[in-house]
Amino acid sequence: MDNVQALILAFISIVIVNNLVFSKFLGICPYLGVSGRIDMAFGMGLAVTFVVTLSGIMTYMIDNYVLMRFNLEIVRYVAFIMVIAGAVQLVEMYVRKFFPSLYESFGIFLALITTNCAILGLCLFLNLWEVHSILMAAVMSFGAGIGFTMAICIMAGIREELELANVPDCLKGAPITLITAGLLALAFMGFGGMIK
Amino acid sequence: MADDKKTFSVFLAGIWKENPVFALLLGMCPTLAVTGDVKSALTMGLSATFVLLCSNVVVSLLRGLLKPHLRILIFTLTISTFVTIADLFLKAFLPDMSEKLGPYIPLIIVNCLIICRAEACASKSGVWISFVDGLGMGLGFTITLCILGAVREILSLGSLFGYRVMPDGFITMFAFALPVGAFVTLGLMLGLVNIINTKLAK
Repeated sequence: MDNVQALILAFISIVIVNNLVFSKFLGICPYLGVSGRIDMAFGMGLAVTFVVTLSGIMTYMIDNYVLMRFNLEIVRYVAFIMVIAGAVQLVEMYVRKFFPSLYESFGIFLALITTNCAILGLCLFLNLWEVHSILMAAVMSFGAGIGFTMAICIMAGIREELELANVPDCLKGAPITLITAGLLALAFMGFGGMIK
Repeated sequence: MADDKKTFSVFLAGIWKENPVFALLLGMCPTLAVTGDVKSALTMGLSATFVLLCSNVVVSLLRGLLKPHLRILIFTLTISTFVTIADLFLKAFLPDMSEKLGPYIPLIIVNCLIICRAEACASKSGVWISFVDGLGMGLGFTITLCILGAVREILSLGSLFGYRVMPDGFITMFAFALPVGAFVTLGLMLGLVNIINTKLAK
């Protein structure tokens, strides 16, 4: 029973309280780059969720069952980045085959998931937070993906409205997006006290 | 002589005209995450410069052997090697700094700035130009991070490098040490840079 509760709490905490974008500053580049339109933002979110879940579980297994057992922690970063690159390649092939129009609109950003810090960041955080079971690792990496999807969709929604707003010239584009993100982060801080 | 001039302009481009943070909007995650105070901003900037410099030189040396579909993999492997070196160095000589920056040092691997320079400059030009480009970009990045760190540290704690610089009556705004402050400060600074650039263009 406790176990289920712990899993649910971990899920909520990573989606809302420790949201990777708003509290850990991870995945900011796609967050700013692909959040112009809501359908693209959603597609990007799903792709990231898939990659992060897969690579979160894989790196957890590699880290715990191979690297730590044989004292190979020194190659941790190299091993992690290989796993992530492989997972992204998989997604890229899948999207190109089944959603060609989405593939076109993503362009370079799909391959750039490899270098999305949210994914490597989460894999490293799993290690840092001393997650003990593989189920927990799976739940947390899936939650991280959902949190990212939520953040990028909220942002895309706001930016679609912002196009119509009267923004001072010097703040057009990236600056106003960053300030908006700051206000969103402020809003999300309110969830901070929810889980200890 | 003309060669020197070109080299110098490559170096300067990294510092202002193509400043990684202000003009290219690259390497945002560390920019936002570690600029809570100047010291961590400086450590981060210098580590990134080291990795950028080394990976630029290695990629430039390897550029004849790069296959198009394997290049991103080779870039990331080269970069992660140097990041491992930087990480171990910090762990050995600056343990508390390494503790504080935590996963953001390994995250240099996926810093878009470094991959962008490998792709845009090092894989196309000679070793010397790549070296200068890495140095200029790295310094531009470090300077920007330090400015951001200084603004945020003064506003949130009233100190610089941990020493108190503001008078007693100064009201500190702790929000600037939090994510909100990072996003808003960077947004306003970009606005300022835009204003300066329009003035310069006139």
